[in-house]
Amino acid sequence: MSADTSPRGGFRDLKKIFGAGSSNLRQFGILFSLIAIILLFQFLTDGLTLSSGNLINLVSQYSYILILAIGMVMVIIAGHIDLSVGSVAAFAGIVVATAMQEWNLPWPLAILLGLAVGSLIGAWQGFWVAYIGVPAFIVTLAGMLIWRGGNQVIGNANTVPVPDGFTTIGSGYLPEVGPYTGYNNLTLVLGLIIAGAVVLVEVRARRVQKIMGSEPAPLWVSVIKVTLLVAVIIYATVLFAGGRVGTSFPVSGIILGVLVLFYSFITRNTIFGRHVYAVGGNKLAAELSGVKSRRVNFLVMMNMSILASLAGMIFVARSVASGPQDGLSWELDAIAAVFIGGAAVSGGIGTVTGSIIGGLVMAVLNNGLQLLGVGADRVQIIKGLVLLIAVGVDVWNKSQGRPSLIGFLTRKNKTDEFPSEPPAVVPTSGTPASVRPPDNPS
Amino acid sequence: MSTDPIILEMRSITKEFPGVKALSNVSLTVRAGEIHAICGENGAGKSTLMKVLSGVYPYGTYSGDIVYQGQVMHFKDIRSSEAAGIAIIHQELALIPELSITENIFLGNEPTKWGAIDWITAKKTALDLLARVGLRDDPDTQIKNIGVGKQQLVEIAKALNKSVKVLILDEPTAALNEADSQHLLDLIRGLKGKGISSIMISHKLNEIEQVADSITIIRDGLAIETLDVVADGVDEDRIIRGMVGRSLESRFPDRTPHIGEVFFEVRNWNVQHPQVAERMVVKNSSINVRKGEIVGIAGLMGAGRTELAMSIFGRSYGNFLSGKVFKDGKEIELRNVAEAIDHGLAYVSEDRKALGLNLLDDIKRSIVSAKLSKISAGPVVNDSKEFGIAESYRTSLRIKTPSVDAGVSKLSGGNQQKVVLAKWMFTDPDLLILDEPTRGIDVGAKYEIYGIIQELAAQGKGVILISSELPELLGLADRIYTVFEGAITDCIQADAADPETLMKSMTSARKKV
Repeated sequence: MSADTSPRGGFRDLKKIFGAGSSNLRQFGILFSLIAIILLFQFLTDGLTLSSGNLINLVSQYSYILILAIGMVMVIIAGHIDLSVGSVAAFAGIVVATAMQEWNLPWPLAILLGLAVGSLIGAWQGFWVAYIGVPAFIVTLAGMLIWRGGNQVIGNANTVPVPDGFTTIGSGYLPEVGPYTGYNNLTLVLGLIIAGAVVLVEVRARRVQKIMGSEPAPLWVSVIKVTLLVAVIIYATVLFAGGRVGTSFPVSGIILGVLVLFYSFITRNTIFGRHVYAVGGNKLAAELSGVKSRRVNFLVMMNMSILASLAGMIFVARSVASGPQDGLSWELDAIAAVFIGGAAVSGGIGTVTGSIIGGLVMAVLNNGLQLLGVGADRVQIIKGLVLLIAVGVDVWNKSQGRPSLIGFLTRKNKTDEFPSEPPAVVPTSGTPASVRPPDNPS
Repeated sequence: MSTDPIILEMRSITKEFPGVKALSNVSLTVRAGEIHAICGENGAGKSTLMKVLSGVYPYGTYSGDIVYQGQVMHFKDIRSSEAAGIAIIHQELALIPELSITENIFLGNEPTKWGAIDWITAKKTALDLLARVGLRDDPDTQIKNIGVGKQQLVEIAKALNKSVKVLILDEPTAALNEADSQHLLDLIRGLKGKGISSIMISHKLNEIEQVADSITIIRDGLAIETLDVVADGVDEDRIIRGMVGRSLESRFPDRTPHIGEVFFEVRNWNVQHPQVAERMVVKNSSINVRKGEIVGIAGLMGAGRTELAMSIFGRSYGNFLSGKVFKDGKEIELRNVAEAIDHGLAYVSEDRKALGLNLLDDIKRSIVSAKLSKISAGPVVNDSKEFGIAESYRTSLRIKTPSVDAGVSKLSGGNQQKVVLAKWMFTDPDLLILDEPTRGIDVGAKYEIYGIIQELAAQGKGVILISSELPELLGLADRIYTVFEGAITDCIQADAADPETLMKSMTSARKKV
């Protein structure tokens, strides 16, 4: 997973701006693509792409897909797939909407109910995948049918409206507080906090690197990195805070942000996260190291459905009603985001941040093409090609024997030409002539 | 015999893998209508030689000549060697279980009539072929419904269909019972009468003695000698002497063992094959280990060494039937790997890449992966502790890498093995089971790994060392168990043992204890 760390002067240090030496070039490339796409559309749409209104819209319109991508990347790292997320989202949405309409359930309780529904569905699917051993593809294909049908049974294939309070999670914004500044004050505060956090994290990272004795990048690299990031954050903050009156940073965006931080931490810094990578990378080796692979698979599948139910509720809140067509083909968007973000089809590789960047690539592409007035038909074709090319490059690199673009750039010759067993033959020291039998014919 | 014309000659074949010379100047001469056995320890180069002959390693990847019926052959794959009349029957059968006997015999070689498969001709031919190999089953039977012995015969029928002149059999009787083996050997002898030569690789020396006309012994990638069974009056002892006869020079670091009392014991251990319920892979085996002792387990491929080790290590192989494990005088239960690790067991697999490492991972994460709780506060892994630990193992085991952040897939075999050893040393085990710890590793790294093993024993840990290399066992172990067909056949003090006695106990069921 790590980049080549042998220092080789300026270029390598430059790369550390984006990865502090620990992220790989694959993600670095995707991030560049994202920036390039944003700039391209910014140019093509005469500045409309990076306008307050559009940015706010972008976040609230794609946050639920990105939430799905977080769960999906963990499923895919563990070596599975989940096709049922769209249906699970729709099912949780209708249950919550109906509960609020029929039983007048207060909306905070309704959200808990939705999460409970998600965990039950997840436990059911996880049970089949982890303990019975049915491939997740099949289990979730069945789930796709079951929960879609369930949605239509409960809602009688009708649309069920949701009350005002509930819509906050989908279409709410940070409220106006404090003195009038012409900007949304809470958004500004949030932006400052994030900018401060970025500085702190970098300082701490450098300190840890020093303690661990690994050579940190030169100070100027950190300075440039932090300056760039803070500039981007402040620019975005001003845009988000300066939108149409009554709008600001969306609540769903905050939920997304919290989830990204939380799951990045889970996947990178916890035992459970390590186990997910271990099971996906080499299940047999993981089991022989004491990892309970069934439990890991169960939890990963369950987690996915919980996040799907949350995404479903945010969508329902945004569209103010739950309907029978909610969440249609969401699974495809989420899976595409994960693979564009550098996950491996065979499992064991992928990151939460990568998937979010992959999801943003799809979102910006979608949004930009819409702004340009490109029809939905053509947008689909373009999205399909982007997915194919992104993963194609990845797979091609892998077939060359290395897992990432790094391999492509530093490729020498194949090392794994005889994968099966040959070196078992290693003669230790040969047979000295003196100890050969005298009748040796050779 | 020696008056028969030579049908096949392999002349000074040399085959190298990256960093390893698997075959060095090996020559082999096979006469028409001869059964030629190839003997050697595991990893001596027998299978490699046969893969060269059958085109698995194509022309150009080795040096030397294959002269067949007077012509130098350039086989580019298995198909071209088969077309010439050389067929190989692998240890792992290459039949498709869901297809019928007929379909398997003609797979890739189907008789056609106007573009469609001519099943009538196919079935008629199949019946003929089955009669020739003495199989009376309906040719429509699916392969999965007949036993391994009969499957072996189907393989031979398939070869006969391609008018084979030289038949290569790699451990043909390894998976067969006594009666099936006998039938197969009779068949090979029958084929010889029809002018078909066989090259047979086998660990079962009594069978070789019984059917072979001549024997070539390979050791460390060198052809040591070729014996004429009748003229030289060859018997099992003579073969064994050829197979193991090498010096033990100083390939092992010096060590004075400090052996304590028995602290780990396995009693009457019985395990079934995970798929084939009636096959016992471990039969009523009992072993014990003392503190600070290196206990060797010697056995040929398929004897059940790995199966024994893995079934003890948290039942990670096969179906556990019965048996007890005692540690420090108390009976313990090892129902899964996590429990085994908690009880201080560690198992270093013989298959480093498939079972030992996650090749996608980096060095530091691999080293701590078997006991993450040791460097974690609650559920959170402490990165700097991880780094520090990885660094200390890198230094103490001399893992050659620019950084512990590097991926394990980039390391050489020897350094990968050091990472695996570090991973298990990090769990601070009382008993380490090392399964072929030096397989595929160059000489220098081997010496270092021997040193690590001895150091572990010096710390008072028990070590079980499974190895195919007898010199390694004799050089390192204090005491050696021999395994044959799933059962322990002997237990010998290493200083009282020599390769010949070990090989005898490894190749026969007679129990001396």
